[in-house]
Amino acid sequence: MAEIVSLPGAVAELVRDGDVVALEGFTHLIPVAAGHEIIRQRRRELTLVRMTPDIVYDQLIGAGCARKLIFSWGGNPGVGSLHRFRDAVQHGWPVPLEIEEHSHAGMANRYVAGASGLPFAVLRGYVGTDLPNVTDTIKPITCPFTGETLTAVPALNPDVTIIHAQRADRAGNVQLWGLVGVQKEAVLAARRSLVTVEEVVDELAPVPGGIVLPSWAVDRVAEVPGGAHPSYAQGYSERDNAYYAAWDTISRDRDEFERWVEEVRHERVQL
Amino acid sequence: MSEYSSDEMMSVAAARALSGGQRCFVGIGLPSTAANVARRTHAPDLVLIYESGTLGSKPDRLPASIGDGILAETADAVISVPEVFNYWLQPGRIDVGFLGAAQLDKFGNINTTVIGDDYADPKVRLPGAGGAPEIAANCHEVYVVVRQTRRSFVDKVDFVTSFGHGTGHGERQRLGLRGAGPTLVITDLGVFRPDPDSHELVLTGVHPGVTVEQVREATGWELTVADELSTTPAPTSDELAVLRALKEASQ
Repeated sequence: MAEIVSLPGAVAELVRDGDVVALEGFTHLIPVAAGHEIIRQRRRELTLVRMTPDIVYDQLIGAGCARKLIFSWGGNPGVGSLHRFRDAVQHGWPVPLEIEEHSHAGMANRYVAGASGLPFAVLRGYVGTDLPNVTDTIKPITCPFTGETLTAVPALNPDVTIIHAQRADRAGNVQLWGLVGVQKEAVLAARRSLVTVEEVVDELAPVPGGIVLPSWAVDRVAEVPGGAHPSYAQGYSERDNAYYAAWDTISRDRDEFERWVEEVRHERVQL
Repeated sequence: MSEYSSDEMMSVAAARALSGGQRCFVGIGLPSTAANVARRTHAPDLVLIYESGTLGSKPDRLPASIGDGILAETADAVISVPEVFNYWLQPGRIDVGFLGAAQLDKFGNINTTVIGDDYADPKVRLPGAGGAPEIAANCHEVYVVVRQTRRSFVDKVDFVTSFGHGTGHGERQRLGLRGAGPTLVITDLGVFRPDPDSHELVLTGVHPGVTVEQVREATGWELTVADELSTTPAPTSDELAVLRALKEASQ
């Protein structure tokens, strides 16, 4: 059963140095506050996993929390590049970053395999591209029934998956709606999971298109209103597009970025 | 006729390539702009599919990102990301994949991964593949919209992120790819289609006021020009009004 705890407590308990950690969210419901807590607690040597690493991964990478990134698209959506990610890949700053690069279809299927208790997934993908030449987790496989050659990718089973959702009830059942991305699969694929929510309520009223992760499929829930900012939580907040634009300036310059990290480290966190 | 920019000409020309009833998998940026112009002009029943998991989005402004809330709020259905790729894209349910490119080569291969010939030590690290490799593989056909310069329009891409026609001459078929691949490329200068045999991109049309010489200057290979070269009709005032209103609404 999911325990309802504080964000700092949950991160301290669940995220360990060297872990494989996925903070998922496809533009919507990105667990940014949890990412900042990881920076604050100075986790190191993480393998970060995400289909669409955006600015919170840029922040984690720039703060030196990661040694490896498994991903399919890394950018500042609607703005441009991730400068801390680029600096790490191109110049090894602040620490070298190993990358394992896939396509969205491949990453989504890797989570599905992980959630399904399978060692790998099969898809029609990557054929003819240079990705299999640089990523050794993409292999051809022959269908045992038709003889057709398809592509196999290994399951993703993060040590910890963290997502943000609209709400949970007091028993720790979690409800999310709108663009639900790959969050359900990422939670079910993980050994441990944390969900930050906009609010904890007495009862979860059904929402069209909404999904529920039962309390027994989640380890920890933390109430963090606005925890997706600058991304958004449908029904609660709007995407802060200006913040994404501002990040471009902050992240371009190492000194300016370091000042930003210091601010995050000294933020008083609600317990 | 009002004044218009080459970018506006490109968006309008790309919009015109889409027809009503088509199911279109839309990349963010230039493709999304063009697809939304098409839906609000000649193709109101164009079905827009975004990789964030929306089927039939009908935004009244340009989405700021692939996961803009307006795409979900106006969709016929909102689905998970594994579902959009596995159930909708992979089996060939989508007519047109509409993509952009950082680099495009003469066989319509797309690079959005790295600039430079060493992947491990790139000159420029780009965002990466996203959904494009499987969009390019599994849609019935692919349209690419890209601003054309010698740097973006190259003889051979530094990295094949999304497979177009490979080295041409039917390589797609030999690899077993089921979609036709890039059948149309629209730039700010003109229109290109693959030669039916070699699959090399051939200039088939120029936008108003653009010369073939200008196109050659902005092409990184020995350009072939079609015998019958068309000139794109200039944007109508209606097309421009729709395009500008969509852009303004998203400011």
